[in-house]
Amino acid sequence: MADFETPEMKEVLSTPKLSRGATEHVSPYVAKPDHQEKLGFPGELVENFEEVAINKMGDLLGKYRGFRVFLDSCVKCGACTDKCHYYLGTTDAKNMPVARQDLLRSVYRRYFTFSGKYFPKLVGARDLTKEVLDEWHTYFHQCSQCRRCSVFCPYGIDTAEISMAAREILDSVGHGQKYCNEIIGKVFKIGNNLGLPEPALADTLEGLEEEIKDDTGVDVKLPLDQEGAEVLLITPSADFFAEPHIDGLIGYAKVFHAAGISWTMSSYASEAANFGMFIGSYENMRRISRRIRKAALDLGVKRIVFGECGHAWRVAYSFLNTLAGPWDFLDPKYPVPQHMLELTHSLIQEGKLNLDKSQNDHIKPTFHDSCNVARASRMGNKPGGQFEIPRAVIKSVCNNYVDMEPGTTHEATFCCGGGGGLLTDDLMEIRVKGALPRMEAYKKVVENNGVTNLVAICAICKAQFTKVMPYYGYGMDSIMSAHQLVSNAIVLPGQGEETAEPVEASEA
Amino acid sequence: MGTITVDGKDYEVDEEGYLVNLNEWVPAMAEIMAKDEDCTLTDAHWEVINFLREYYDEYQIAPAVRVLTKAIGKKLGADKGNSKYLYELFPYGPAKQACKYAGLPKPTGCV
Repeated sequence: MADFETPEMKEVLSTPKLSRGATEHVSPYVAKPDHQEKLGFPGELVENFEEVAINKMGDLLGKYRGFRVFLDSCVKCGACTDKCHYYLGTTDAKNMPVARQDLLRSVYRRYFTFSGKYFPKLVGARDLTKEVLDEWHTYFHQCSQCRRCSVFCPYGIDTAEISMAAREILDSVGHGQKYCNEIIGKVFKIGNNLGLPEPALADTLEGLEEEIKDDTGVDVKLPLDQEGAEVLLITPSADFFAEPHIDGLIGYAKVFHAAGISWTMSSYASEAANFGMFIGSYENMRRISRRIRKAALDLGVKRIVFGECGHAWRVAYSFLNTLAGPWDFLDPKYPVPQHMLELTHSLIQEGKLNLDKSQNDHIKPTFHDSCNVARASRMGNKPGGQFEIPRAVIKSVCNNYVDMEPGTTHEATFCCGGGGGLLTDDLMEIRVKGALPRMEAYKKVVENNGVTNLVAICAICKAQFTKVMPYYGYGMDSIMSAHQLVSNAIVLPGQGEETAEPVEASEA
Repeated sequence: MGTITVDGKDYEVDEEGYLVNLNEWVPAMAEIMAKDEDCTLTDAHWEVINFLREYYDEYQIAPAVRVLTKAIGKKLGADKGNSKYLYELFPYGPAKQACKYAGLPKPTGCV
C-alpha cells in the first residue's frame, strides 16, 4: 500500500536525530492552468518568474508588517527546532521551523537587505532560481501552518505567515498547488469544496432526516435555503459527505431541534472551509467569505453559526468582519459569528437540552485540540474558552473523559498532520509521518487510561485521522466528531414516547 | 498525465489514474484499474460501481457515504449497508477507489 515506513511510536515529546533530505522527494502536484486561472493566477510558470516573484515579495513586505519583522528578527536560538510535527515525524532538517523560514529568508536577504545585496555568501543570501521555487513548493507544503512553533519562539515568529507568503508568491508566478487551487475553483463555481450541487445536497440532507427518524422516531429537519430562519449554519461540506463528519452534522440538527431554534443551511454558501487562507491569498479568502454574507442577506437570517471546522473558525472568528462585514443586520445579542460548540454549551448551561450521558458509557474519549481553533481564535468570553468549551460540552454528554499529556494539548497541541492544504493523497507520506506526535500522545492514554476514541472539531482533522490512524494500529472509526457524542446523549422532545403505543403494521 | 490502454485504445488519465473524460468510460477499464491495484472485481464491487455511475448521472457528483451505504444496504442486504463493508471491498476508501474504477472524478475537499 505505502512505499514508506510508518515511524515507530516512542515516548511522548521525544526528539529524533535529524537527517538531510529525508522527505525532499515529497512534493504535491502542481496546479493545472485551469485551476490557476479561475483564481486569477497565471496558468503556468511565467518566463520572468524571478522578477514577478520578487515584486510580489516586495508587495507582501509592504502590506504585512509582521512578514518583514518575522524575516528580520530570527536570532537562530533554536527554540523552534524540535516543535514541528513534520520535523518530529520525518526527521528532515528542512522541516525544522527555522530552516523552513530560511528557505524564504535567504531570498529576502538577497533582494531586500544591504548585506544580502553586496555580500550574499556572508549572510546566507541566495538568488531566486527555479530550483529554489521547487524547494519552496516541496517544503512550504510540508508545513500545515499550525503555528505550534510560534508558541515557543521567543520573538513570536509565525512560520505560518511565511508559508502563506511563499505559497502566494508561488501562485503569482504560476506555480500553485493543485489540491488547494482546484478546490477553491469549485467553491466559486458550485459553492463548496466538494463540488456538491444543490440537488445532491438536498437529496443527502433528506436521507439524513430519514436516518434520524429511523433512529429516534422524531422528525428532525435539516433545512436548506429556508428564508426567514433565525440561524444560518455554515459548516464544512465534508459534514454532508464523509464519516465521522456526518454524525456531527446530525448532532447539530438535534441540538437546533431540541432547543426549538429555527435554522437553515445555504446551497450558495455550503462551505465553511476557506482555502484562500492556506494559499495566503487575501483576495480569494475575501471572495469565499463574501458568499456567506450574500447567503445571510438573501435568507434574512439573524445569526450565523459555524460548524466544526478548524481553519474556518480562524477565518470566521478573526477575519470575517474585515472580509465580509459589517454585520449590522444580525442580532447583536449573539456573537457574530458563533461557534456551534458555544451554542450547544450555552444551551447546556441553561438546562435546555435533555442529556443522557450513559448513552456514551461505551466510549472513553480524549480531545484533540485543532490547531487553528487552539492558537488562532477563541470561544466564549474568557481567554482559553476555546480549550474549556469543547471539553465542557464533551464532559456534559459523556462520563469518561480523559485528557492527553500536557505539552500536546491546548496551545501546545500538535497538528493532525493534514492541515493547511496538505490533506491530499499525493502527500500521504508527510501526512502519516506528521501525525506521529499526536499518535504518541494518543497511544499513552489508550495504554494507561483505556481511551477508546479521539474526538475532533475540525473536518480536516477528522478526515486525516480516519486515513492515518490505521497506519498506527488504530481503527479508522477511532476518530469522532464532538457533536457525535452530543447526538448520542441528547434525548429529543417526544423521543421514546411512541414506543408506548403499538406500532401499526405497514401495508407493503 | 498518463494513459490507460483498454482493448488496444489509449485513454487519458490524470496523475492519480482517474479518467480525464468521463464519457470515455467502458467497463473493461474498471477491470484493468482494479487489477493494477491487486483488486479483483466481484458482483459486489460492480453493484457499487454501477450505483456510483447512476448517481453521478443524476447529480454530477459521487454520493455521500451515507447515501451510498443506504443504497447498498437496500440492494445487498442490511448487513452490508455500512462503511466497514465498503472498505472491505475498496480498501483505499469507497469514495476514492470506487470512483476511480467507475471513471468518475476524485472527490475533493476535507474528505
